[in-house]
Amino acid sequence: MNQPEGYADDIVKGFLISSMVWGFASVLLGVLISLQIAFPDLNFPPYFSYGRLRPIHTNAGIFGWGIGSFMAFFFYITQRLTKTRVWSHGLARFQLWLFNIVIALAAVTLLLGMNRSKEYAELEWPVALLVVVLWVIFSVNIMMTIAKRREEQMYISLWYIVATLVGVAVLYLVNNAMIPVSLTKSYSAYAGANDANVQWWYGHNAVAMVLTTPPLAIFYYFLPKSTGVPIYSHRMGMIAFWSLIFMYLWTGAHHLLWTPVPDWVQTLAMAFSVMLIAPSWAAVFNGYFSMNGQWHQMRENYLAKFLIFGITFYGLQTLQGPSQAVRTFSAFIHYTDWVPGHVHMGTLGWVSLVLFAAIYYTVPKVYGREIYSVPLANLHFWLAVTGQLIFSITMWIAGVQQATMLNASNPDGSLHYSFMETLIELYPYWYGRALGGIIYLVSLLIFLYNIGKTIAGAPKAVAQNA
Amino acid sequence: MLEKNALLLLLLATVTILVGTVVTMVVPFKWINDPKLAIASVKPYTPLQLEGRDIYIREGCNNCHTQTVRPLLSDTERYGEYSKTGEFAYDQPFLWGSRRTGPDLARIGGKYPDAWHVKHMKDPQSMVPRSNMPKYAFLDRPLDTSLTEKKMQALKFPYTPQDLAEAKGKTELAALVAYMQKLGNDIPWRQANKAAVVGELKNPFQDNLSVLPEGKALYKEHCAQCHGDKLQGEVGPKLSDMDKPDAQVFTTIFSGSPNAGMPAFGDTLGKERTWKLVTFLKHQQRH
Repeated sequence: MNQPEGYADDIVKGFLISSMVWGFASVLLGVLISLQIAFPDLNFPPYFSYGRLRPIHTNAGIFGWGIGSFMAFFFYITQRLTKTRVWSHGLARFQLWLFNIVIALAAVTLLLGMNRSKEYAELEWPVALLVVVLWVIFSVNIMMTIAKRREEQMYISLWYIVATLVGVAVLYLVNNAMIPVSLTKSYSAYAGANDANVQWWYGHNAVAMVLTTPPLAIFYYFLPKSTGVPIYSHRMGMIAFWSLIFMYLWTGAHHLLWTPVPDWVQTLAMAFSVMLIAPSWAAVFNGYFSMNGQWHQMRENYLAKFLIFGITFYGLQTLQGPSQAVRTFSAFIHYTDWVPGHVHMGTLGWVSLVLFAAIYYTVPKVYGREIYSVPLANLHFWLAVTGQLIFSITMWIAGVQQATMLNASNPDGSLHYSFMETLIELYPYWYGRALGGIIYLVSLLIFLYNIGKTIAGAPKAVAQNA
Repeated sequence: MLEKNALLLLLLATVTILVGTVVTMVVPFKWINDPKLAIASVKPYTPLQLEGRDIYIREGCNNCHTQTVRPLLSDTERYGEYSKTGEFAYDQPFLWGSRRTGPDLARIGGKYPDAWHVKHMKDPQSMVPRSNMPKYAFLDRPLDTSLTEKKMQALKFPYTPQDLAEAKGKTELAALVAYMQKLGNDIPWRQANKAAVVGELKNPFQDNLSVLPEGKALYKEHCAQCHGDKLQGEVGPKLSDMDKPDAQVFTTIFSGSPNAGMPAFGDTLGKERTWKLVTFLKHQQRH
């Protein structure tokens, strides 16, 4: 066991490997369901139909790959920033087991059709209960480690970690309130428009507390580590932190524009979504300004490339998101393929690129190895970016085209196209999206090969500090 | 100071998160589902409809179909009256969805006859060519009603032993169709919205043979699924020797005939294309 300074890095290793497995499964399933949309004969009901597989794709991606690697990096970062070994090693080991059991249970139950239907909160109550246990022991362990820290100052990454722990807990508990009927069936505790409003308060803040604050914690830690340059402004990071976690929670209803939730809730959501551009771009600028005088690293340091492209996609995402949250634009593109295009720029571009960089940095450190191949990492980078851009751009064009067709009218005021006439024009775009997904899957295989070879490689001659 | 006090940071972060939460998520409970917004004609689900709804949830139909008509022309012209808060008072969970890979279903109830749904669910492409919907023929299996009563009690929906008996011995498909036929149908919007045909009903394409190919294509796309490829009739009646005046054929296609299960196509086709279809149909009859 190579555990420099006595940090419990076997936990980090376990979560990293688990998250990579689930991440691969998620992208593989993503490719499959993208093909099912283009070729409906690839549905094999009851189990292997789009309606049952799509929640497994999103859950494996967000919770398996996302939360799995965040758990790895929260343990890695927290121990190092506090100069303290994790509070309870045993609890962390238990957490690793429970995590994998929960994700596997989620996949199986969703395949069997046990599904609460609420997006990103589909798991039936016994599994959801295990998620709560998982999160509580994780939070306690991280908070206790911070409490017993040997470094008085708390770096910005720790702030984002703390906010994540609280945020996810509040969101998950409220949106999972339910009335159980049996072990495998329950109903939401809220009805109709209330349920919708709670769900999208949850749904959009899953984006905040799962797909934004943890990658930011990771970005703020690994950008200086990978490039050797300090963050441009810690103060800007702190101001952005407070405004980000304040404003995000108001924005959920931008998923519900023009629906029967009260107009004032929608309007608030719209306004706060636009305001969110400021703290989001503060993080982007922090990344860019840190690179001042160091831009040559984009050529020489593959980690910088992943991180800076990642934060760039974050910047684009946080401009596109607010624009979609404006009523007029939402009226046009909501419910079309534009939205999956948007979502995947965030997940495949921003979150995953930052995670790739962090994994490339961390694996050699915790295993005491050199990275197996930098050229392969570069190939991974270009294929991932290409696949993601093909995916997103194809979907944006598809969304705009369908929206235009859906809105086209005849001189007598009737609509020009039936729904089906707009749908059949989408097939070519769906083939394009599947192609983008396949390229991304190939990039992921190269990544996994590279990491596998690194782990299997010879130990580094000289032990280094992590 | 915050950089050094973890507990204070935790507390402040929690409070910060809770402000927006309370204003936009907790407070609206006071407005939404307010008795003032209730609609008297909206009824809870019957046992059979509820079981159908649970199948809709189990199969993840909401991954491709939304259930909210927005007050926008492209929505209301295509699907019908926009959705009201009071219509969803019994929806636990709500099923508004987030992506329309398929069409919105908030107003699907009463649009097609049961037989259309059954055929479509078993083999969507036979009814809607080039549709990308999966086949749900496997739903033609017995419905499990062992939990039905518990479900009704959990949701506090009223029911009689007769209602429960009605759900027994049905297929999952029948339950799903029963649910879909209720969707959006609790308010009398179809009657209210029935397109009033104004002006003189005179076929502008009468004896204009040049519109026949288009009329034929329209028939194939919108009508053949129920009236047969050769107008011989299947779900709907045969049309091959229909002897009705142009104006009446137009009205039936444009506004539908709800009691006979004929959907209205005025929204989809508009006047001009409806007349082309009428011309095609009448032309078939002459030969």
